[in-house]
Amino acid sequence: MTPMQSKIAAGGRCLRSCGLVLALLLAAALAWPAPARADPFAAIAATNFDAVADGVRALAVSGNPRAAAVIAALRDGRLYAWRWPRPDAPLFIRTDSGFADARTGAKVSAPPPLNLRRVIVNDSVRAAIETAEGALDLFSPQPAARRRAAEALYQSAAPGALPLIERALAKERDAGVARVLREAKAATLLKSGSGDIPARLAAVAELAARADLSARSLLASLQGQPPTVASAISAAIATIDRRLELWGLLENVYYGISLGAVLLLAASGLAITFGVMGVINMAHGEMVMVGAYTTFVVQQLIAAFAPALTELGLLFAIPAAFVVAGLLGMAIERTLIRFLYGRPLETLLATWGLSLILQQAVRSIFGPTNQNVTSPDWMSGAVSLGGLTLTVNRLWIIAFAILVLAALMAVLRWGGLGRNIRAVMQNRRMAAAMGIRTPWIDALTFGLGSGIAGIAGVALSQIDNVSPNLGQNYIIDSFLVVVVGGVGNLWGTLFGAMLLGVVDKFVEPFEGAVLAKIIVLVFLILFIQRRPGGMFPLKGRAAEA
Amino acid sequence: MRADRLTIATLACVLGGAALLAALNLLTPAGSAVHVPSFVISLVGKYLCYAILAVAIDLVWGYAGILTLGHAAFFALGGYAMGMYLMREIGARGVYANPVLPDFMVFIGWNKLPWYWYGFDHFWFALAMVALVPGVLAWVFGWFAFRSRVSGVYLSIITQALTYALMLAFFRNDMGFGGNNGMTDFKDIAGFPLNRETTSVGLMLITAAVLATAFVLARAAMRTRFGKVLVAIRDAEARTRFLGYRPEAYKLAVWVASAVIAGIGGALYVPQVGIINPSEFAPGNSIEAVIWVAVGGRATLAGAILGAVLVNLGKTWFTSALPELWLFAIGLLFILVTVFLPRGIIGLVAGRGAAALPEHEPAAANSAAREATG
Repeated sequence: MTPMQSKIAAGGRCLRSCGLVLALLLAAALAWPAPARADPFAAIAATNFDAVADGVRALAVSGNPRAAAVIAALRDGRLYAWRWPRPDAPLFIRTDSGFADARTGAKVSAPPPLNLRRVIVNDSVRAAIETAEGALDLFSPQPAARRRAAEALYQSAAPGALPLIERALAKERDAGVARVLREAKAATLLKSGSGDIPARLAAVAELAARADLSARSLLASLQGQPPTVASAISAAIATIDRRLELWGLLENVYYGISLGAVLLLAASGLAITFGVMGVINMAHGEMVMVGAYTTFVVQQLIAAFAPALTELGLLFAIPAAFVVAGLLGMAIERTLIRFLYGRPLETLLATWGLSLILQQAVRSIFGPTNQNVTSPDWMSGAVSLGGLTLTVNRLWIIAFAILVLAALMAVLRWGGLGRNIRAVMQNRRMAAAMGIRTPWIDALTFGLGSGIAGIAGVALSQIDNVSPNLGQNYIIDSFLVVVVGGVGNLWGTLFGAMLLGVVDKFVEPFEGAVLAKIIVLVFLILFIQRRPGGMFPLKGRAAEA
Repeated sequence: MRADRLTIATLACVLGGAALLAALNLLTPAGSAVHVPSFVISLVGKYLCYAILAVAIDLVWGYAGILTLGHAAFFALGGYAMGMYLMREIGARGVYANPVLPDFMVFIGWNKLPWYWYGFDHFWFALAMVALVPGVLAWVFGWFAFRSRVSGVYLSIITQALTYALMLAFFRNDMGFGGNNGMTDFKDIAGFPLNRETTSVGLMLITAAVLATAFVLARAAMRTRFGKVLVAIRDAEARTRFLGYRPEAYKLAVWVASAVIAGIGGALYVPQVGIINPSEFAPGNSIEAVIWVAVGGRATLAGAILGAVLVNLGKTWFTSALPELWLFAIGLLFILVTVFLPRGIIGLVAGRGAAALPEHEPAAANSAAREATG
């Protein structure tokens, strides 16, 4: 085929048959043993598009270290060839400072411009470049890059890539990458409709083993297969559906634990103020909100005075939120709640009023709109684990919630303050007789619970809108967690939070988020019916309170 | 006898005041100095509906000691039942002119009336539902809650969760209750056009009459043996139980009655304000309603009415004059009333003994028990 004939042919048929032509050419090109082949650089320097495309592909799989640079230059229109045929077929890459030899990368003195022509591309060459760039990574020394390239080939399933994949597969030593390559091969084979029945069956089996949503949709999209293959496909789809269901189940568990961690954070402070002290603090959600706003203020301060510490802003926000919310809580205890001990219903109403005041105060100071709290880099991104995608910030929150709960337990169990708190709660008069200043301990206990709520606010600022209404969204759930878990028992709080979170997320996919809430509520009422003991740790007449 | 005077004074205020306003609206010319404009009539009608809700809350909180934080749910359910009737009553006059389906259903592409909308084209059916729906919900909820002896703040939190769940549910479009926008654009009620002045006066007078009836019946019921047992349960549930009474049955009875009263209040509310939407279920509304009762005085019924009207007058004034400060004002009201005015205004005015609310005794007993058992 002379260049001229080929050009005429390409002009007429290219759009219709370029895929087939390319595939044939490529197959032909790759079938030739590499040493006997013409120099791919010379092919790229040729004047017909098919030869260029062929050259691009050949170069891509040649393993030549210059391949990436030359193909990128061709893509960007920076590749130049000699205007007239020359046996050595020189190629130049135009750089910012002049020209470089495409073969060696060495800087060359500028050739006379009249002797140069830019190597132009058409659609088929462009397609070849795209495949080649994917394929280049297939031969990269880094397994991760090879894996990415194989994954891209799998996703595109471009028919022309089949020989490339086979070649890469033959070379591949990494089992993980080889698996992806086999999957890419299977996808490409099935998509192109080529291959005999055993090959297709093997490809279907390969995709069934991959068992993700993309494999399922690819299999579902296949039409007009022979009956044996078609039945294998439907069986494979059923297998994948079962696998996906299993992963979905695990995903729900993860989401449930993640929601449970959020609930746990919000409820830990309440487990102190409500669980240990018996104070119904409806302004607890506002303590969380204050913590979130403290995070915002700390971030603003850091951005203004120490921009270098931006990434660590959250670490400063945690103690700041604890102190701010804790001091606020102590002030509330001293000025309001201590007058209402023993009157839980009145406490509820008064603290509700307080929550309205705090909300409006924050709204007046910061405005009613959401404040933008940024997440540091180390909290963004996602990790994939099998069929699961776990977002990093949720993982941090789960870890943080457990950490906070553990710290709280440690303080109550071993700390001096914790000992005093337990003494006062177990027997106030005896504790007072031992010299413990019980009113002061009350204030500190309430401050501790409020401070924990403030810390929860730091975490929630990462996943929720920082607005004056932030706390309201959590107050009902937090109370439910503490009530389900059993009042005055931090393990119970952990249990309650995880139970509520997991149940909520399990019902959600079937019934929607709203009905899930309602079902959880009904479940709770039934739970309380079955386990009233979990509700009332107090005995005797105090249970009436 | 002082209590009787209070009853008579309350009835006189409610019925007399309503009649006076109605007369001033209908019988005086629009330009006259004593003329009462229609918006005041519907505003007063709204306050009276709130007062009905307050009476319902006072029954359970004041007398039975059940602090409900979800009574607005029953109010709103009654309102929705009435709203459904009013929607059907629009008929083919809606934007889409569908004789059967309300506009919002046509809008979301439904072509068949859901089964739970059947019957709401009849006024009597809607009236029955106004009482039945809140009543049945209250019965089911109360049966579970009281039987398992959920009480005190736990019950409060669960009632709050109940209204919260209902709010979320009614926000959903697929529930078939208009979703976010609720129901509005009502045309007429039982043949009377809602935009006519006489209709709103009539509704206001009916509301006043219903309020007076609810007040008198509640007052009478609380003077019977039933009422006395309720107060005994409030003050010492265990002792009452040991005396052979079944507190859960008494609580359930007053709880259901209270829910029905609240539902009727809601049903009267909807035609007067012209809209019902899921925000009526917001937990904040229920708690605000509790503070009306606290402001007026618990366990007085008259105080509930007084508190509802006073607080809402204040709200109307604040939200138009100083909207920023309303939450501060209501928040402070919550705190000041609970700390300094536990008996409310009626308690303050009537002095000791009138409200018969032994505030100190259970408080002392509770704290003693708390000290004893930790």
